[in-house]
Amino acid sequence: MTKIVYIEHTGKSHSLDVQNGLTVMEGAIQNNIPGIDADCGGSMACATCHVYVKEEWFNKLPKKEDGEEDMLDMAFEPNKFSRLSCQLTVTDDLEGLVVQLPSKQA
Amino acid sequence: MIKTDALIIGAGPTGLFTAHQLKLIGLSCEVVDNLDKIGGQCIELYPDKPIYDIPAIPECTGEELTNNLLDQLKPFNIKFHLNERVEEVKKNNDNWEVKTNKGTLFNTPNIVIAGGVGSFEPRKFSPKECEKFENKSILYSIKDKTIFNNKTVSIFGGGDSALDWAIELSKNSKVNLIHRRDEFRGAVSTVNEMKALTKNGKINLFTKYQLKSIKGSEKLESINIEHDNKELKTLKTDYVLGFFGLIMQLGPIANWGLNLDKKTIKVDTEKFETNQKGIYAVGDICHYPGKLKLILSGFHEGALAARACFKLAKPKEKYRFEFTTSSKTIKDRLGKKND
Repeated sequence: MTKIVYIEHTGKSHSLDVQNGLTVMEGAIQNNIPGIDADCGGSMACATCHVYVKEEWFNKLPKKEDGEEDMLDMAFEPNKFSRLSCQLTVTDDLEGLVVQLPSKQA
Repeated sequence: MIKTDALIIGAGPTGLFTAHQLKLIGLSCEVVDNLDKIGGQCIELYPDKPIYDIPAIPECTGEELTNNLLDQLKPFNIKFHLNERVEEVKKNNDNWEVKTNKGTLFNTPNIVIAGGVGSFEPRKFSPKECEKFENKSILYSIKDKTIFNNKTVSIFGGGDSALDWAIELSKNSKVNLIHRRDEFRGAVSTVNEMKALTKNGKINLFTKYQLKSIKGSEKLESINIEHDNKELKTLKTDYVLGFFGLIMQLGPIANWGLNLDKKTIKVDTEKFETNQKGIYAVGDICHYPGKLKLILSGFHEGALAARACFKLAKPKEKYRFEFTTSSKTIKDRLGKKND
């Protein structure tokens, strides 16, 4: 289990223990965190699991694979700290990761 | 008014196979889809991505899967109503009356919702005030390009649609092309052509910018775009075009009195019927304990929903289970010779 902190657009914070191997998106969906839609179910085809990663965390994450940046073009209000949470697999290295959720996904 | 034994909403893989199952057991059906093409998410989201978990097909792309399903439907004459979205569903005696946004009316005892995650709609700009100018000077698709002649057009996006239109409209209009990063995901040749036009001053390119706000009371006057480093620029413009791809929205389905759980519809696992008699949900849009969002699950759900349709479409007949390998009736329906 790894602690992941999800902060809703309103500022409401959810600190969850997510099983290693799941994605940050799945952690949110399984715990009914509002603000992550994940319409396509994690196949990097919809950009509705978009999150902003806290700056201090952003460079510690595995780099984006081909295609993720393309999908982020379609996300709602992306910025340079944007990631798709379906592409972030939870490991011990992510202990304490903080992600902020956009005001909406589309 | 079109009378049919079953109306399928959604022409994705699940909708297509459900149509096959309905026709195989001798029912009529028609299909409505909001997209301009058949295939649903397979065609719209991942036509080129390989899929590895369709039973007996080791590998195929979304487009190949769609084409194979259409091949399988060839023996049957199925009417597709593309570019149409179902708006209203009303009870009329024992049947359902269904109306699309284009005014097409259906009367049917059975509606099978195979709607994926809803209908595809264009993704829109985030500033709220954009709604006021939508379909007037802020557009997400182009019907008549001549309206842009000798005007200033600001195009947002980094894919082929944005690039193709920037190149095309630069012939007769002043074009601003705005994108959130330096890389474009369009075809290499298109990106090069756009860059050449930028050098010649035919296209004004702004990268690392996004739309911040718009100005104008009656008529759109200008837009503010914001750089990654927060610097603002004002551009005078007559039209704004946004090409951010499509998003799935549940849309009018939310108003049909169905038992919804977030963006999914609760069904039983015998008939895949919703809380409304004669309305079924199959594929990604349905939910039940243990539901898997796999294409193969959609096929199974459609097959069972089709059998349930039979009871309401032909209440006086008894449904007989038959195999395609041995049934003469089914072979006749498929146009196959009987030995």
